[in-house]
Amino acid sequence: MKETPFHPRTSELLDSYDWNEWSGWLAANSYELDHSHEYLAIRTSCGVFDTSPLYKYIIHGPDALKLMNRVVTQDVSKYGVGKSMYTPWCDDNGKIIDDGIVARVDEQFFRMTAAEPTLFWLEDNATNLNVTIEDITEAYGIMAMQGPYSRDILNRLTKTDAQGLNYFGLMDIKIAGIPITLSRTGYTGDLGYELWVKADKAVALWDAVFEAGEDYRIRPFGDYALDIARIEAGLLLIDADFHSSKKVMYEHEKTTPLELGLGWTVKLKKDYFVGQKALIEDKKNGLKWKTIGLEIDLKSLEAIYAKYNMPLYLPYQSWTEAVPVYSHGKQIGKATSGTWSPMLKKYIAIARIKPKYASIGNQVEMEVTINAERHNARAKVVKTPFFNPSRKTN
Amino acid sequence: MKKDYDAIVVGGGHNGLTAAAYLAKAGRKVLVLEKRYLVGGAAVSEEIYPGFKYSVCSYVVSLLRPEIIQELELPKHGLHLLPMDYSFTPMDNGDYLATYPDEATTHEEIRRHSRRDADVYHEFSNMLYALAYAVKPILNYIPPDPANPGLAGLQILSEFGKHLQSMGKDKFHWLTKILTMSAYDFLAEWFESDIMISSIGTNGIIGTMLGIKSPGTAYVLLHHYVGELDGALTAWASQKGGTGEVSNAIASAAKSFGVEIRVNTPVSQVIVKKGRAIGVALENGDDIYANTVISGADPDITFRKLIDEKELPTEIVEAIDNFKYRGSSGKVNLSLDGLPEFTAMKDKSLLQGMILIAPSTDFMEQAYDDAKYDDFSKRPYLEIVIPTTVDPTMAPPGKHVMSIFVQYASYNMPKYGNRDQQREAFGKAVLDTLSDYAPNFRDLILHTQIRTPWDIEDEIGLKQGNIFGGELTLDQLFFFRPGLGISNYRTPIKNYYQCGSGTHPGGGVTGGPGRLAAMRILKDGN
Repeated sequence: MKETPFHPRTSELLDSYDWNEWSGWLAANSYELDHSHEYLAIRTSCGVFDTSPLYKYIIHGPDALKLMNRVVTQDVSKYGVGKSMYTPWCDDNGKIIDDGIVARVDEQFFRMTAAEPTLFWLEDNATNLNVTIEDITEAYGIMAMQGPYSRDILNRLTKTDAQGLNYFGLMDIKIAGIPITLSRTGYTGDLGYELWVKADKAVALWDAVFEAGEDYRIRPFGDYALDIARIEAGLLLIDADFHSSKKVMYEHEKTTPLELGLGWTVKLKKDYFVGQKALIEDKKNGLKWKTIGLEIDLKSLEAIYAKYNMPLYLPYQSWTEAVPVYSHGKQIGKATSGTWSPMLKKYIAIARIKPKYASIGNQVEMEVTINAERHNARAKVVKTPFFNPSRKTN
Repeated sequence: MKKDYDAIVVGGGHNGLTAAAYLAKAGRKVLVLEKRYLVGGAAVSEEIYPGFKYSVCSYVVSLLRPEIIQELELPKHGLHLLPMDYSFTPMDNGDYLATYPDEATTHEEIRRHSRRDADVYHEFSNMLYALAYAVKPILNYIPPDPANPGLAGLQILSEFGKHLQSMGKDKFHWLTKILTMSAYDFLAEWFESDIMISSIGTNGIIGTMLGIKSPGTAYVLLHHYVGELDGALTAWASQKGGTGEVSNAIASAAKSFGVEIRVNTPVSQVIVKKGRAIGVALENGDDIYANTVISGADPDITFRKLIDEKELPTEIVEAIDNFKYRGSSGKVNLSLDGLPEFTAMKDKSLLQGMILIAPSTDFMEQAYDDAKYDDFSKRPYLEIVIPTTVDPTMAPPGKHVMSIFVQYASYNMPKYGNRDQQREAFGKAVLDTLSDYAPNFRDLILHTQIRTPWDIEDEIGLKQGNIFGGELTLDQLFFFRPGLGISNYRTPIKNYYQCGSGTHPGGGVTGGPGRLAAMRILKDGN
């Protein structure tokens, strides 16, 4: 498997030896045997995540904007230089292929991240367009600094004031003489930044960041901690909350951004984009599914455990294997990921259910299994994000 | 009758605030009166030295009832708990015992000391977990009067009986043992290694004027394991910004329900008319009237200071006067220029957890020997936490605060010298003892705060500085707390209630007394 540009440091710190495979790269599950301190660093001080395995592309040339706007559902023309956006992209049937961040580095120069390899899809859509597409996945490392003290640490590292960088903004800075593209983005729902660095300078950046962060209890975090944070933030995960329509083989495995609650990223009124027609049609006919938050009723769960003479048990880690959701015993959908939220002291889940049950406050049930026996715990439909501190955008 | 409020809570400790929040949530108009400039009682964070925040008294959280966290939505109001799941106990031979957040590393560590102990540790933890689960329902019961339990009382007793039966014979046997034995004897049935017994045994003496070999201390140990964090029983945590932020979260929740809080407002007396509380008289001479008065103070203040003796039956006066406080602990809070280095510590992660100066069972028992004769321990037991290892909000960047819980410090030790001299001597004994294990730490000290039992009494009002508002011995628990016939939060004075740590389920930042008192008051239709 491939090693990310930060590997010399991440591997040193990985006391647990707990790696997973992420797009062919080695990625940390948790640095310690227990992930709880890593999670809390994200919410209390500053956590660092190596997000280098993301696929990275640059798209430039006279028709770059045209291509971007054709591929993704957001209206890229509305974003000026130095802005970035979260966006899904779809196939012709409006089914979601993937999601990622598109950044407008210059008028005719875009940068894009993706969870799945996307070069073919970009090139396929670029027929007859005057545009250059490059896969720069291996050329850069990305370091995510996430947490309430991430800004203080950055301010120690650079003369450029990170304070002024708005949510989803983008700027070039230098840290320890190393050119960095800094964006106010992340996957934790907290105040946070992502730093793009040339692969050969990645270790030097890591060292500078950790030296400056020591006074603020900076620590690296892995996938386990990240997954708790992203569920709290109500952020969807590919291969958990949805699947890429390019990868699955059966219709029932596919879904649309509208059904995923990503309607705010789908600009149906803009000029043509792939899947537009199908999505307009879908919206007109009424959605088959809605994606919502669930809050599992702890008293109801406790009562189920009490039948086994057990105290209330809460999931220590997040889960991403779908479980059925019911209304009065009838299945109405599925919860696609869930976690105990140590910050909210709530058991939360992201679920896709039939729209008629999806209004906020509606009572449903979620399946829980104890000793391989099935039970239904009461749950309530709630808004996402579950956790949304003002510092994220302020 | 004149009425300014439905209820007045005397004392803005965390229990008073909890009771106020629940009453206001039920629609009552509630006023909380606190004599100090800030709420929280013994659960306060104060910036005594600029830039550094101390959890002046209470410094860790575990016993806070999960019902309260949920019902008052405390996370929304700032509750932010950070687990304390490492422990480090240095020994006098230069070795140490540590425990880690994960079982595997802990097992390997205990194996260095005794393979046998390592093997049984999991079973021991299961047993404690089961006992914590067994006694858990008690924490949510309003204690019935055993002589006159009434229908509700009988129901509670039978419900609890059934619950205990469900736990099985073995565990029931352990429960009877833990209620009666000393921490030392109880642990010696499980472990052969002295450092295991002294390290775990420390939980048996905290806040109690007893040694680890005194009968009754096994229960105190269990009391420290009945807490839970995120569904994990027996877990401990610290609060971001110090324990005062727990109080502030409860206060914020209370205010969101409409509670009015007045600080710097000492109460001199509860106004009683024809055997019924009708309001309070403030030290500034003002009177405020209410339908109900609730005391969040300890039993001594509640019954003996706020109330005229003639209002109470003699047997109650006697019961209260016989209630044992016997503060046994002190506190040293330090501002540090950097992190201390413990000679025996190889893995710096251990600084994030509890550091226990309890190198042997002899050390622990000798520390108690001094206290038996009203002195402070010449080499005291220390429980140290450095919250800034995980929480950057409590000190400037790169600096740290250290909280040292110290036992023993007798309330009566000024008999060996005046209070100031004894405070100094006590503080010196603490720093000297710690220096044996962390020689560099003295050079890092920027500021020192020393709290003796009488400081705690003077400042917070806990009699004799007992951190639990009365000792947690079996004769002072459940329907004995604070006395037979007055354990159900009522008092002999109509519409006068109690909600402090001197009532069931007792001390620690549990909120339990406050919540249960509010339930009682609401059930009484007040």
